[in-house]
Amino acid sequence: MFSKFVNIVFIVFFSLTSYGQLEGMALIQGGSYIPLYGTDSMPVKVADFHIDKYPVTNAEFVKFLEENPKWKKENVIALYADGNYLRHFKDDSNLKEGELQKAPMTNVSWFAAKKYCECQGKRLPTLDEWEYVGMADEKKADARTKDDYNKFILSWYEKPNSYNQEVGSTFKNYWGVYDMHGLVWEWTHDFNSVLISGESRKDVDGGNSLFCGGAAVGSSDLMNYAAFMRYAFRGSVKANYSIRTLGFRCAKSIK
Amino acid sequence: MIDSQIKSKLKMFASLTLIIGGASLFSCSGGANQESETRKVKAEDIKVVSEMKADLTSPPFVPKSTANRAATKLIVDMEILEETGEMADGVEYVYWTFGGTVPGSFIRTKVGDEVEFTLKNHPDNKLPHNIDLHAVNGPGGGAASSFVAPGHEITFSFKTLNPGLYVYHCATAPVGMHIANGMYGLILVEPEEGLAPVDKEYYIMQGDFYTKGEFGEQGLQAFDMQKAVDEDADYVVFNGKVGGLTGENELTAKVGETVRLFVGNGGPNLVSSFHVIGEIFDRVHVEGGDLINENVQTTLIPAGGAAIVEFKVDVPGELVLVDHSIFRAFNKGALGMMNVTGDEKKDIFAGTIQEGIYLPEGGTIQSMPVDEKKADEPTVELSKAEKMDLGKKLYGSTCFACHQANGEGIANAFPPLAKADYLNDDVSRAIEIVLRGKSGEITVNGKTYNSVMTAQNLNDKEVAAVMTYVYNSWGNNGTVVTEDMVKKVRNK
Repeated sequence: MFSKFVNIVFIVFFSLTSYGQLEGMALIQGGSYIPLYGTDSMPVKVADFHIDKYPVTNAEFVKFLEENPKWKKENVIALYADGNYLRHFKDDSNLKEGELQKAPMTNVSWFAAKKYCECQGKRLPTLDEWEYVGMADEKKADARTKDDYNKFILSWYEKPNSYNQEVGSTFKNYWGVYDMHGLVWEWTHDFNSVLISGESRKDVDGGNSLFCGGAAVGSSDLMNYAAFMRYAFRGSVKANYSIRTLGFRCAKSIK
Repeated sequence: MIDSQIKSKLKMFASLTLIIGGASLFSCSGGANQESETRKVKAEDIKVVSEMKADLTSPPFVPKSTANRAATKLIVDMEILEETGEMADGVEYVYWTFGGTVPGSFIRTKVGDEVEFTLKNHPDNKLPHNIDLHAVNGPGGGAASSFVAPGHEITFSFKTLNPGLYVYHCATAPVGMHIANGMYGLILVEPEEGLAPVDKEYYIMQGDFYTKGEFGEQGLQAFDMQKAVDEDADYVVFNGKVGGLTGENELTAKVGETVRLFVGNGGPNLVSSFHVIGEIFDRVHVEGGDLINENVQTTLIPAGGAAIVEFKVDVPGELVLVDHSIFRAFNKGALGMMNVTGDEKKDIFAGTIQEGIYLPEGGTIQSMPVDEKKADEPTVELSKAEKMDLGKKLYGSTCFACHQANGEGIANAFPPLAKADYLNDDVSRAIEIVLRGKSGEITVNGKTYNSVMTAQNLNDKEVAAVMTYVYNSWGNNGTVVTEDMVKKVRNK
């Protein structure tokens, strides 16, 4: 009886310390993966890190605005947020009719998203971290070769108005992370590190070493189509853009 | 004062073009190439003195001719919308559009125009887009300069140098998917003098669509990338949907009018064999360029290409626009209508003059091959309801072509079955005709018919069913024909 109790205490203690689970965040075990870009198919290494289980919600961002009035619409510096910033807000602390408190926060610039994460003691995930987590479906850490996984993503990309749903309404992935696909696009720290020019057909040309996937995109591989659209989206934005379908979540390094 | 200055400048300009034009008349070698070279230089040199907002139209309509205006700075303002629309009855699809329609708004320019193009990506859209106009001389047809994120707009400009009808489309990765979802349209660059005036102008564009469900499967259908890669289209349609040019959307014209169709093909995959059933194209601007072909039946329109077809409608009736890769027309939706009204012109088309029966084997009784086994199948008599059911199906596949859907027959050719005295008077005789066929004169409801019915390849059960169906439909006497009755006649 006593030993059982000790056991339980030990387990609880062990899981709290060794796994260092943070509230609302999932631990991602690092590894390496081969991203879409890079002709040489060099694997990219990702270290262990934590990432928010859910995208940041409207309600959470309202709280941030209260604490950081500098980021309210009327105060924000134009350089840091374009005219669409907080477009779904009636005023600085209230959403427009029909907008959900628990829906993912959108119409937010990269600068504002970055600041939000910093104020939580976190940071934006890197592009590689985000893609690494995004590879997972419910069962597998890397589901990119599965037809269903790719079809789900592609069908979301062409579904309008998916942003106004509560977070957690899509699937929970292998890492315990929700809504990586199916709700909104998400900012990453280095979103524009992979350059896709406006003329994507040219990028596919083998002569351009920055983006190529060239050969891969020329194939019928659905996996690349799904990722390709994310990269195209990232290539079209600037850090002060605020977009209705673009939200974010935060990450945290393990010290 | 200023006016007269401009006028005198214009005059100078006109005489200058005359000189250039004259020079090309006197040149004796080099031919076409040199000529178009001259024209290109000329187009580049056209000065623009005014500014106007472009009138953009939704299909099937076209903005008015530019013949009466000088080259201008043309402001084009186009919005990209991702929205759900109807592909066919009960079938929905999420279209990506230029201006809210598939195909996108028609842009009418003329040679020498300076087009200032603003592309707006609606804030609710999910994806970045851009536009590649085939009418542009420049990298990517403007694609690189027009890449725009949702909630943003971008402005770029170009000068129209080559007259012709051009496709524009989205060229954002994955390009095929953006086009497959409807992101294409037409831009016309008219020659300086404008296209010759006609009575009616319409805008049509073909496109192929790839859906998760097969053709006609109900509900919201997602795009199917695999089918698109395999070029296995579920829908091939005009103006974005099945029925885009039929019913209330059909085109109209009056007898004697000359019609010009601006026809494009967005693809993404399929080449169109564009044909109008019941008309011959008097003139076709082949591939939308300068080359004119006359008296054309079917013109080929490549994916990402266009053609201008012109014809005078000569007689009243329904003209049918099709992709003459004909299964696309009748099974995938590539079919439109033009309703021509006006007076008959018997000297051009007289309609049916006489109908007769053509019998290559001569006027004897025809028979279908009889499967002996069929006649010998063991019999379990069907109930009347079952007979009606089976009979209806058999009627639809066997009898309907001549006797028609409601047994009304065809005057002077095939006698009616509905309320037919000849049928109701004698069941055995009717059974015998079905089993053995019939030729020669008979009188039905006071009218004489002299034609041939072949012996039908049906077993006893089937004959009993289909005749029970006929006797219990359209005001007939309600006889229930049994298999025994059929057997008796067969064994006679």
